[in-house]
Amino acid sequence: MTSIILLSIFGILNLFVGFMKSKKALMPAVLLFLAVSLGATMFDWNQPQSYFSNMLSTDNFSVGFTAVMVVSTLFILPFSRSYVVAENSNLAEYYSLLLFSLVGGIMMVSYENLLILFVGIEIMSISMYIIAGSDKRNILSNEASMKYFLMGSFFTGIILFGIALLYGATGAFYLTDIAAAATNMDPATSPLLLMGLLLVLIGVTFKIGAAPFHFWTPDVYEGTPTVFTSYMSTVVKTAGIAAFYKLMSAAFGGVYDQWFPTVVAITVLTLLIGNIGAVAQNSMKRMLAYSSISHAGYLMIALTSFNDRSENAILFYSLAYAVATIAAFGVLKYVSDERGSDEYSAFNGLGKTNPLLAFVMTVAMLSLAGIPLTGGFFGKLFLFSAALEQDMVWLIIVAVLMSAVGIYYYFRVIIAMYMRDAEGTRIAVDPLATFTLISLVVLTVLMGVVPGLFNNLL
Amino acid sequence: MLTALIILWPALAALLVLLVKGQGARKVAFGAALVELVLGIWAWINFVPNGSTQFLLNEPWIANAGIMFKVGIDGISLLMVLLTVFLVPLIILSTAKHTYEKPSSFYALILFMQTGLLGVFTALDAFVFYFFWEVALIPIYFIAGMWGGENRVRVTFKFFIYTVFGSLFMLAAFVYLYFQTPGTHSSEEVAFYQLVLDAGTQSWLFWFLFIAFAIKMPVFPFHTWQPDTYTTAPAAGTMLLSGIMLKMGIYGALRWLLPVVPLGVSQWANVVLVLAIIGIIYGAIIAIRQQDMKRLVAFSSISHVGLIAAGLFTLNHHGLQGTMIQMLSHGVNVVGMFFIIDIIQSRTGTREIAAMGGITQNTPFLSVTFLVLLLGTVALPLTNGFVGEFLLLMGVYQYNAWMGAVAGLTIILGAVYMLRMFQRVMFGEKNEITQGFTDLTFNEKAVLVPLVVMVFWIGLHPNTFLMISEPAVLKLLDVIKR
Repeated sequence: MTSIILLSIFGILNLFVGFMKSKKALMPAVLLFLAVSLGATMFDWNQPQSYFSNMLSTDNFSVGFTAVMVVSTLFILPFSRSYVVAENSNLAEYYSLLLFSLVGGIMMVSYENLLILFVGIEIMSISMYIIAGSDKRNILSNEASMKYFLMGSFFTGIILFGIALLYGATGAFYLTDIAAAATNMDPATSPLLLMGLLLVLIGVTFKIGAAPFHFWTPDVYEGTPTVFTSYMSTVVKTAGIAAFYKLMSAAFGGVYDQWFPTVVAITVLTLLIGNIGAVAQNSMKRMLAYSSISHAGYLMIALTSFNDRSENAILFYSLAYAVATIAAFGVLKYVSDERGSDEYSAFNGLGKTNPLLAFVMTVAMLSLAGIPLTGGFFGKLFLFSAALEQDMVWLIIVAVLMSAVGIYYYFRVIIAMYMRDAEGTRIAVDPLATFTLISLVVLTVLMGVVPGLFNNLL
Repeated sequence: MLTALIILWPALAALLVLLVKGQGARKVAFGAALVELVLGIWAWINFVPNGSTQFLLNEPWIANAGIMFKVGIDGISLLMVLLTVFLVPLIILSTAKHTYEKPSSFYALILFMQTGLLGVFTALDAFVFYFFWEVALIPIYFIAGMWGGENRVRVTFKFFIYTVFGSLFMLAAFVYLYFQTPGTHSSEEVAFYQLVLDAGTQSWLFWFLFIAFAIKMPVFPFHTWQPDTYTTAPAAGTMLLSGIMLKMGIYGALRWLLPVVPLGVSQWANVVLVLAIIGIIYGAIIAIRQQDMKRLVAFSSISHVGLIAAGLFTLNHHGLQGTMIQMLSHGVNVVGMFFIIDIIQSRTGTREIAAMGGITQNTPFLSVTFLVLLLGTVALPLTNGFVGEFLLLMGVYQYNAWMGAVAGLTIILGAVYMLRMFQRVMFGEKNEITQGFTDLTFNEKAVLVPLVVMVFWIGLHPNTFLMISEPAVLKLLDVIKR
């Protein structure tokens, strides 16, 4: 709760910082704001509280995911330095929008009432619509913003409709009341409940970019400026999946049998489309977009099993995925800025010209592919174990096969970097970004070598 | 603690090597590998061959899931550790002639791989084993992919995908077994050994585990990545792959397949033996037809590994002890052979058998060492190959006399392709390519002399090594026959 208040105030404060002539103070200010908010969030650890007549509550679940989101944002910001250098006149607004969208994200992971979930989704999404179009002169960025806005608002409407139906069926907005009403209801005779659930499910599925509602992802990711793409694919996705998990476990755990086939179908479809779609890409950025679809699929596996393992598994996986993805987008940003292309071929010979960038990218790709020594491996292991405990053998076989497909496309960039001849020249990277990239690698390897530190926190 | 030190030291040294600029990296790496050798010998001196696991380290790794970082050394592990620490310094030394681009990365990767290999050979927890199994794979992928010959990108990628695909099945089997253990679950070796699973479950688990090990060895028909990868990789990479990494598959089967799913093994052992024996004959026949020396030895390796696999699945005392000693012998011989091929290639610029001839005339040292290693490979009595192949064939013969007879062809066929190669390359008339062929340099002797010593040591007094593994093998047999 403190972090919601703090981030809202900081967001407004930041607009005033933007009035100053020099834009140099902006980034340090935002980093400071985020660090303070992170500290404030951690104070709530092990101290469950509820606010606004119990519409919002902070517990270890919400603190854990809030921390992942704030830390991700902290890691993303240093890569926006080129906007500072370019004296982008709207920079303060973009940073403020990021802070506001974080507020939405925190609401999405700490709601106890569907209205808060809806408000959280709206706050987060509206900020994202604007940010997607922040590269105003670029036609792709305009397209991204437009697409995201039109489809996003449509799906928000669907969520709202679903919430209304749920209210009609159960007479409640609170998760606990819905759960109580849903368990007592015979689902076969209450189409309203199932209809409402289905609509909410569709809306949330859109927000996390899972198939068959994923079509916006590649285009929006491609058009959005790279720094903000990495925000979308990490923070927004983390908030979405945590909200999804909380919704299904807290409100609809009792009618598990009713929605289970739908969720499994969505999961399998997402895994197939994400991974096979990624194989066909030649642009690194589009590949990462499809890869983010596939990771939504892996995360959704946790929805099929509600046990102690699955909560922790989602948290671990979200962190490992966020860290690796931010590193990948960070390197991609430097390469595409310098070489003017997002294609794999832009990475040719990067191992010779920029050993550090290439190494960071390699670790990120290994982690996303789930190879040991990196956090991604244990993330997958924990997720799959949680599901296997519930005997989801076939689902896991599909997921394992798709991980093998994943290796194919993640390694294409590694091959380009190390096994093809250099074309470009050395890319200059500023010290703060270098430091961030190294921290991301250290964190990834740490998660892959001593996973015990990050596991079982909740 | 000693085990932890043995595992960690190469990784730490690898970081150190990364800091060294230029060709000095090789010297630092060599020094680090020598220190590792001393550590390995220290473990050998303090080891008591009584079938127990020693130098145990058991720390919580993922505590709440009951997964321990458990490593230790028993007789079987010790032989593999000794093989690894013995071969790696020689492999590093063998690269003295080459000036690789980015030498510090190259040698750091070799040392890093050593950590993975030693972790595999000492792991006593299934997830620790899997972890190191993949840790060993990543460096060799880059070694072969960055410093390899033509087609390296395609070939090494095939190798990587192939092996990862296999090991994913192994991981799935491990996770399944983990959930079968009672209480809060455990993935320790002993916990797996105590599982009582019905025959049907063991039957499919067998294939999940076997496919990973079979690809690594490789057993026919999972071998298709092997000849290309061996041929394309740089000499040091080929030596690592064939000398040590191949043993990961055999060791894995010995430790994580036979005792874990004994019913599955007894159900499928016949099939595996037939596949292994097909591999023996198939590898040998293709080796006879090869024109490229490196490819010839690659196929001969398929043939020899087939025999080891056959002996392994006989599940009798001779077969398993033969497996142990032949793993050492094969490691020594194959590294020697690939090094000699590398020497010949660097002198003449080709590996084409037909292009050479008359090399013996200027090179007494090379000829003698080549011949000794070659005779070791074809299993002549008094050499190391004889002890191992004799025990293995005896094991297969005990299992089934007909299979023993067919598998015995390996000795004849092996002699055919090896001696043909030796005759065409070393004897005959000199030509313009082999005209100025010079004998071994000091560095090359330093690599080959220890290998030749080992050929005779294992050949004349195999008990030094058989004694180490004997109690552990007997104990393992008890678990398998439970």
